Amino acid sequence: MSSFTSQIFIERLIQKNFNFFTGVPCSLLSGLISCLEEVEDAHYIPSVREDAAVGLCAGAYLSGSQPVLLMQNSGLGYCLNAFTSLNLIYRIPVLVIMSWRGQGGKDAPEHLIMGDISQKLLETAGMNYSVLKPENCDQVVEIALRKINEEKLPYTLLVEKGLFDERY
Amino acid sequence: MRGIEVFQEIIPLLKDEPVVHANGFICRESFALQDREENFYMIGSMGLASSIGLGVAICKPDRKVIVLDGDGNVLMAMGTLAMIGAEAPNNLVHVVIDNEVYESTGKQRSISNAVALEQVAKSSGYREALRVDKKEEIKPAFERLMNSEGPGFLLIKVEACFDPKTGRVTHTPEEIKERFMNTLLPH
Repeated sequence: MSSFTSQIFIERLIQKNFNFFTGVPCSLLSGLISCLEEVEDAHYIPSVREDAAVGLCAGAYLSGSQPVLLMQNSGLGYCLNAFTSLNLIYRIPVLVIMSWRGQGGKDAPEHLIMGDISQKLLETAGMNYSVLKPENCDQVVEIALRKINEEKLPYTLLVEKGLFDERY
Repeated sequence: MRGIEVFQEIIPLLKDEPVVHANGFICRESFALQDREENFYMIGSMGLASSIGLGVAICKPDRKVIVLDGDGNVLMAMGTLAMIGAEAPNNLVHVVIDNEVYESTGKQRSISNAVALEQVAKSSGYREALRVDKKEEIKPAFERLMNSEGPGFLLIKVEACFDPKTGRVTHTPEEIKERFMNTLLPH
């Protein structure tokens, strides 16, 4: 069993000055969201739709905060216009923690197509990403921070099933 | 009442408040009338002016934050009204200029003639939600919301008579962002 827990990852993000958290839940991210609700230094705002969460994060960034957006890859479609006509053209960064349902074609039917095309969609939209692993966490968080702080662009960390403690 | 008259009434009442503008004629008319560094012109991402404004209001609780929205934008992101009601930032004033059409794209009907958006806002948890139909009602209603605990919602019914010759925002998106952010830096 990996010692890479939701709490360790959240603490790492807080240590790196991420201080504004919102999103739409996924079971793969349930441990992370529970953790955010429990940690005193963090405040998680429930969003009703992923694109509204993109807008919320943009407002937070414009106000000097460092936002994190948690979502399932099924919400990527809702967000593409927001990413391309807001974040990418204004250079408004956000760290996206995106669960990868449907990876490898093994999941419920509604996740299979998006699971297959999530990486291609991100690439086509010019949205850089990494697949988060216990062993590359420090490295990909640093890559994300460079993208966010230097290029002022969004960065996505894809979360595979089983990476974090899932509470439901 | 014409949409431009809403800006003529509200702009003189502004001091240094950040104002998030919805895309389309709202950006263009406001920009043409009086550009302000505190204006965030959202030129794309339709529907998100309200969530951007909510993010600013949450992170800048000491500043009064204004969203200048349109009926098409609000209908597209009606769930954001619920988020604003639930989060209830007392410093947010949400103004909706309602011409009942998608005017920038050729006046196709929206459905706001049949949906009382101010009632949706009230039911969503805004502390106060007002509707005005006459130009002379704008100033007192806006000042009332600016001086009371929010979130406040002001629906302003206007005719669809946008002048398509009105220019577009000439700043680049990055310029809009940089100067807006500068006005929000701690003094």
